[in-house]
Amino acid sequence: MPEGNADIIGLSGAEKHFGAANVDIIRLDGAEKHFGAVRALGGVDFHVGPGECVGLVGHNGAGKSTLMHMVAGTLAPDSGKIGVHGGIEDNYSVSRAQKLGIRCVFQELSLCPNLSVAENTRINHAALSGLGWRRRAATLITAKLDEIFPDHGISAWDIVGDLSIGRRQMVEVARAFTVTQDRLDLVILDEPTSSLDAHTAGQLLAFVRRFVAAGKSCILISHVLGEVLRNADRIVVMRDGKVVVADAANAFDRDRLVTAMGGAEAHRGTMTETTKAEAGPLRVRARPARQADGKELVARAGEIIGLAGLAGHGQTDLLLAIFAAAQRIRPGIEVTAPVALVAGDRQSDGIFPQWSIAENIGIRSLARLRNGLLISPQREAELAAFWQQKIGIRTPDMNNNIFSLSGGNQQKALFARALGSDAEIVLMDDPMRGVDIGTKLEVYDLVREEARNGRTFLWYTTETEELDNCDHIYVFKNGRIVANLTRDELTEEKIIQSSFGDAA
Amino acid sequence: MILVKSLAGKPWVWSFLGALLVWLATIAFTGGYGAGGMVTAALSLAVFTVIVGVGQMFVITLGPGNVDLSLPANIGLASAVAMKVMAGSDSMIVVGLLAALACGAAIGAVNYLLIWALRIPPIIATLSASFIIQSIDISYGRGLQIKPPPGFADFTNWQILGVPVLALLTVLFTIGAAIAMQRMIYGRSVLAIGQNIRAAWLAGVNVGRIRFLTYTLSGALGGIDGALLAGYFRGANVDIGNEYLLASIAVVVIGGTSVAGGKANVPGVWGAALFLVLLLTMLNTFGVSAGVRLLLTGLIIVGVITAAGGEKAVR
Repeated sequence: MPEGNADIIGLSGAEKHFGAANVDIIRLDGAEKHFGAVRALGGVDFHVGPGECVGLVGHNGAGKSTLMHMVAGTLAPDSGKIGVHGGIEDNYSVSRAQKLGIRCVFQELSLCPNLSVAENTRINHAALSGLGWRRRAATLITAKLDEIFPDHGISAWDIVGDLSIGRRQMVEVARAFTVTQDRLDLVILDEPTSSLDAHTAGQLLAFVRRFVAAGKSCILISHVLGEVLRNADRIVVMRDGKVVVADAANAFDRDRLVTAMGGAEAHRGTMTETTKAEAGPLRVRARPARQADGKELVARAGEIIGLAGLAGHGQTDLLLAIFAAAQRIRPGIEVTAPVALVAGDRQSDGIFPQWSIAENIGIRSLARLRNGLLISPQREAELAAFWQQKIGIRTPDMNNNIFSLSGGNQQKALFARALGSDAEIVLMDDPMRGVDIGTKLEVYDLVREEARNGRTFLWYTTETEELDNCDHIYVFKNGRIVANLTRDELTEEKIIQSSFGDAA
Repeated sequence: MILVKSLAGKPWVWSFLGALLVWLATIAFTGGYGAGGMVTAALSLAVFTVIVGVGQMFVITLGPGNVDLSLPANIGLASAVAMKVMAGSDSMIVVGLLAALACGAAIGAVNYLLIWALRIPPIIATLSASFIIQSIDISYGRGLQIKPPPGFADFTNWQILGVPVLALLTVLFTIGAAIAMQRMIYGRSVLAIGQNIRAAWLAGVNVGRIRFLTYTLSGALGGIDGALLAGYFRGANVDIGNEYLLASIAVVVIGGTSVAGGKANVPGVWGAALFLVLLLTMLNTFGVSAGVRLLLTGLIIVGVITAAGGEKAVR
C-alpha cells in the first residue's frame, strides 16, 4: 500500500528525532516484538497527536493488541523507541504511563467483581485516601458516569459482580476517564462497544468526540468498521504485525478499509482439486443455539467444512455442542457417526501431561486396543508407530513423555489421536495455532486425504488461508451463522465483509 | 547396580524401605525378640488399611478435590450389617459378606449422586453423607456389639506358617487392582480424568460413568473392609472404622500416589500400610504415649507430601 505508507513515513520515520517541539502524546518508532518464534510486531511506527481520535483496525492477530499494550506500558518492545510528550522513555511502564496521562480500557474487563463500583475506582486513584475515601470515590465515578452515560442507572455502591456485562463495561470506561492527581491525555478504548447496546454505544462515542474536541486524544479499536469510520479522525490499518495504511478517516470508505485489512489478492494456492460432484450421506446438521433464522450447518461424508469469522464468535461453542450431541441427544443438532475432536488449546483441552506419546494417542481408541479385557501394550505400540510414521512425529521413542515433543509435534499427536480413532467426524478447534508452516502443510495434506476416504471435517480456523482447504465455509458472528460460502465464492474480503457486517 | 537404580526410580520403594527401617529399629530395641511375630501382626493389620487404601487411591486419582471421607462411617455400618445378616451362623457368612459389599456400594453410589446431582464438592458430599450413615448405624446397631460367626472369626485370623491368609488374598486383590489401573479401560479413564478432566471428556472418556464407578468401588471396598474388621476384632462396632479416615488417605499419599491426581501407585499402598502399622508398633514398644504417636503420624504425612511435591514442580 504505497500511498498509505507515504503518510506515516513522512511524518514519523525512525530517522526523525524526538524534539521539544514534537507535541505528539505518544510516538513509537520501529517497535518490534517477538513471542518466541512468532513475530507479533515487525517495526511499527505509530503516533497520536493531541486532540485526535485514531482508529485502529485489523484482523485478529494483526498486532493491534500488542501495539496497544506497548502504548499502555504493559509490554516493552524488543527494539524501537517510545516517546511521550516529546521525551524519550527508556523505562516505560504502566505506572509511568498513568503518570503521563495515558490510560487503557482493555477488552478483558479488569474490574474486581467482589468490590463495589466506588472501591474499584479507588484502585486507579491512590489520591483517594484517608477518611471518607469511599464517598469521594463514589462522587468521582458517579459524576463521570452521569457525564458519559446520562440515566445509566448504576449506583456507586453496587457490587461489580452483580452488574450486567454492559454496565460493567460502562463502569470500566467511565473509570478510565476519571481524573485525580494524574493528568489525562490519551485513553485507549479496545472494543469499548462490544457489550453495549446501540443507545449506550452512541452515548459513549458522542462523549469521545467531546473529549477529543476538548484537546484530548483517544485510540479507538473496533471491529465495527462504521464506528471507526464515523468517529476517528485518522485510521491506522494493521496486518501481520505491520501498519499497512495510515490515512485521514475521510480518505477511507468501507471497501478500502476491508481491502487494506485483508489484502487485495486472495491466496488460492492450495485449491487444486475439482469440487466433488456427488454428495455423501449426511453426517452433521447443527443450528447454533443463538441462531434466530433457519440457517444451519450441514456436513456430509467426505466434506471439509470451514467455520470462519472473528475469534470467539461461537465457532468453538458449536463444535463443543456437536461433540456433546454425539454422546447425548440435543435439540437442534443431528450427528450420525462417532466424533473426535482435535483441540486447539493443547494444554487445557488435549494433552495428558503424565503420559507418554503413545498413551496420549491411544486414549481415544482404548476399546479397539483391547485383547480380551486388557489393553494390549503391543497394539497400543503398533497404533502409535503407525501414526508416528504417517503423520511424522519426530521422536526417537513413542514411549517418551508427551512433553518431550515440540509444540507442533504435540499437536500432531493430538491429530493422530483423532485420526487413529473410529471417528467418522473430526472436529478441529483452530488446531493450528502456533504451529510452524511445515507441520501445517503436512497436516493439510493428511486432512484432504482422509476426507477423500470419506471422513468429515469441521474445521474452525482463524487463519483465512486454511479455509482454502474447505469445500464449504460458514461465517460466524455473535454466535450465529451469517454467511454460507462455497469454495468458489470464497475470498478473504467476503469473509471479512460478513464477519464485520454492521447489521447484527 | 542397575537394579538398585531402577528400583530407586519407583516411588513405592521408599514406603517399603521406611517399613523395613522401622521394623529394624524396633527389633534392635527389643534385642531381636518378637521379630517374626511383629511381621505377622503387621501383615494382619495392614490388610484392612490396604483394602480401603486402594479404594481411596482410585478416588484420589480422579483429581484434585476428590476424596472419600465417608469410609469410616461406611465401615462402621457395613460391619453391623454383616454381623446382623450372619447372625452368628456359619452358613450365612457369604450372604453377610455380600450384604456388606452391597451396603458399601450403595453408600458409594449415594456419595456420587450427591456430588453429581447437587454439584457439591466431594469433600462436603462424602463428609455429610458420613454423618447420615453414622446416624443410621447408631439406630440400626443400637450400640450393641454383635459377634461374628466362629467360622468367620477363624477365617480372618487364619495363618499359614505365620502368614495371614487374608493378607495373601489381599495381595492377589491388589495385583488385580494394579492391572485394572494400568491395563483396563476403566483405570486408564480414571488416570485421564485425574490429569485433565476436560481433555478426558474431549478424548471421549465417559467422565460421569467412570466417576460414579470409582465412588461406588471405594464404597464397596469400605463395606467389605467393615465385615472383615468385625470378624477380626470379633464384633461390629460404630467406631470400628474411625482410624481409617486418616489411614486410608495417608497410605495413598505415602505410597507415592499423586494428590494432584492422574498418577496412582498400587504397591506403594502396601508399603505405606506396613510402614504405618510398624510405626505404631515401634512407638508402642518405645512406650510413647498415644498423643505423641498421632503427632508423629501427622508429621510424617506432611513430610511425605512435601517431599513428593518437590518432584512434581515440572508442570
